[in-house]
Amino acid sequence: MATLPATFADLEPYAAWSLPTEKERFTKRIATSMEELEAFYDAALPRLDDAVAFLDQFDLLALPADASRLIWMYYSLMTVSFPVEVWRQPRVPDSGASSVDCVLDLKP
Amino acid sequence: MAHFAKPAEGSWTEHFKLDTTPVSYEDSISPEHYELERDAIFRRTWLNVGRVEQLPRKGSYFTKELDAARTSVIIVRDTDGAEGSVRAYHNICRHRGNKLVWNEFPAEETAGTCRQFTCKYHGWRYGLKGDLTFVQQESEFFDLDKSKFGLAPVRAEVWEGFIFVNLDAGDTADTRSLTDYMGGLGAGLAGYPFHEMTQVTKFRAEIGANWKLFIDAFAEFYHAPVLHAKQSVAEESRKLSSYGYEALSYQIDGPHSMVSSWGGMSPPKDESMVKPIERAVRSGLFGPWDRPIDFDLPPGVNPARSPAWGVDSFVFFPNFMILLWAPNWYLTYHYWPTSYNTHIFEGGLYFVPPKSSRERLAQELAAVTFKEYALQDGNTLEATQTMLESRAVTEFPLNDQEVLLRHLHTTARGYVDDYKSGRSNATPLRASVAS
Repeated sequence: MATLPATFADLEPYAAWSLPTEKERFTKRIATSMEELEAFYDAALPRLDDAVAFLDQFDLLALPADASRLIWMYYSLMTVSFPVEVWRQPRVPDSGASSVDCVLDLKP
Repeated sequence: MAHFAKPAEGSWTEHFKLDTTPVSYEDSISPEHYELERDAIFRRTWLNVGRVEQLPRKGSYFTKELDAARTSVIIVRDTDGAEGSVRAYHNICRHRGNKLVWNEFPAEETAGTCRQFTCKYHGWRYGLKGDLTFVQQESEFFDLDKSKFGLAPVRAEVWEGFIFVNLDAGDTADTRSLTDYMGGLGAGLAGYPFHEMTQVTKFRAEIGANWKLFIDAFAEFYHAPVLHAKQSVAEESRKLSSYGYEALSYQIDGPHSMVSSWGGMSPPKDESMVKPIERAVRSGLFGPWDRPIDFDLPPGVNPARSPAWGVDSFVFFPNFMILLWAPNWYLTYHYWPTSYNTHIFEGGLYFVPPKSSRERLAQELAAVTFKEYALQDGNTLEATQTMLESRAVTEFPLNDQEVLLRHLHTTARGYVDDYKSGRSNATPLRASVAS
């Protein structure tokens, strides 16, 4: 069953990244292997400009459900970019048991 | 090496008449000293607890836990409209001392909108102006005069949309207004369009370090090219650490201070120097590259009027920082002590509401980048705290780019010294007996 807009069918395998809060996105990132993080990054980054063009047809504060899931997926790409581009591991190096919790998300 | 001018005295530290000798961090590792700070600092200064946007209408309220000041407060808007209608009360029922406003967990902060406050315990009710309006089985009490049992008020004032409370009370109270307290550095920010930056995300962390040590980490950028080296692409990182760090300007005014920094990464001169994701969404640590609105900076921002300006970091004593970034957004930091070696850190990122999905993604990248840095900083500080507590080494050299740290600790110790001397003045009899 499709969860994303039809033109983004190629990203359906990564639909689990369509998470509405930073807390859920970060939790998934640190529980995911580097192989999987890289696969998601490699699939999603080249479609970023397409996603932006698609999303800009709508009022950001009144996105249809499939468009919401698409933008959530791209929020996930922002946090996933750190392991892939910088750390070479899911967690921030030397961050040990410390946590920084998002208690209020940006809108939408 | 010097890229930016220093004052005539040859250093910022000497310019501000601070000493240049190695410092002790006993003030950050002593439980006894922290107990003094709670009364000397956190019960005697203006504390920022939020912004007016958190109270959009009459009856909007939020609570704030002020463990360091030994209380919890309720902040409420009692009338629609003007800023003057923000009120604060100690969060305690006048009947038998129950915490008045809380949900599920008494120690957790809450927010909402109400017509009145009702105590969960025996149903006493208070109006938005703090007046006791209802007592369950009132006739069972003995000559109860409800007008004498309103909520205990706390001074609350608003500066540029930021709500502050001051727990200082009694005959010796510092009665200066909040605007006076904010001084010249505060006045220099007047008119900054904080009210337009209503797109907010907030982060919270429990940090295993003294509150001043974490301010130290954010009040100097000497550490940035080293601790955060990996966050830049390799060539840029080598360049940054070979330059080291020099501020454009430092300013100190009373207990408050600021550092003005360069930052040419919004947008970067050479896009190959930044990560692919930053190029894709045009954003990074310094925020979205494209300015959402244009306005003239107030005179207190970028005081050196440098074209290389990137960010100003203001430290408003004791525990509130505002960072104003060149691409027209701002950050707030709060450090709420919970013991001599723990505190709660809060970070808030404030943007103009996005008009396009790329602007929104740019904000998301700025927020997640902030979190990556905060995770690195937080853990480093726990490592610092535990080794300072070993007292294996007790004197530490600070350089000129760490001048704000020296000023912060000197200021905080000054408040404790004043408090101690004020207290002994208040009890001369006991002092003379002791001598």
